[in-house]
Amino acid sequence: MTIETIKTLLDADILYGSKYLEHEVNYAFSSDMMSDVLAFATDHSALITGLCNPQVVRTAEMLDIVCIIFVRNKIPDQNILSLAEEKEIVILYTGHGMFTACGILYSNGLLGGA
Amino acid sequence: MEELLTFNYTIPGDDFTRAGEASSSVKNKLKKMGLDSNTIRKVSIAMYEGEINMVIHADGGTITVEISSEKIRMILADTGPGIADIDKAMENGYSTAPEEVRSLGFGAGMGLPNMKKYTDYMNIDSTVGVGTTVTMDVRL
Repeated sequence: MTIETIKTLLDADILYGSKYLEHEVNYAFSSDMMSDVLAFATDHSALITGLCNPQVVRTAEMLDIVCIIFVRNKIPDQNILSLAEEKEIVILYTGHGMFTACGILYSNGLLGGA
Repeated sequence: MEELLTFNYTIPGDDFTRAGEASSSVKNKLKKMGLDSNTIRKVSIAMYEGEINMVIHADGGTITVEISSEKIRMILADTGPGIADIDKAMENGYSTAPEEVRSLGFGAGMGLPNMKKYTDYMNIDSTVGVGTTVTMDVRL
């Protein structure tokens, strides 16, 4: 699934990375606990989270995550966006809650990581 | 004698927003050296968890990364409170992190288990009231 498709399905806005919308995402993982995220390393993944701080981007960087989706209309600040730009990680945000966002993506064929 | 490439980092203990900068720096260095992405990811995740632990529990510390033709060794040393029960600390889900750390997305009790999971060797040398040194190897 492309990041563009994720954006459309979640009615999400993009805050960084519009040039990467055609990139493919193979798996997704959702959590507000970053160590839970760090336990699962799968290529070309997206992270769905309600946590909004720079460590979300750091965690994504370590895992080579290509796209972060912030739920419940959490809009990351400029520090977070600057770090995402430096690491070339796409940032989306959606008004959906975590459960709904996951459900929409899963029912459209995006699977969970290993 | 085999040539050893060494990098040293001092981890500040008072700035959670900057935690991970050393791990990020190492990740970039390994990328430039052309190592495979799986190896880089294992080193990055293990070191990042350790770096976060230092900031959360020990008011910072030092990290030495040694790269040889056989392995990447990470030595994380702090003068923090030490780990009273290492076996317990290695259990999935066990955490002594305070509530404010959990609100930052850490303290799920997965840090040390993750460090062990992504490395080929890990040793924890800790004395309560003195500090902790964690040594981790990822084989090349």
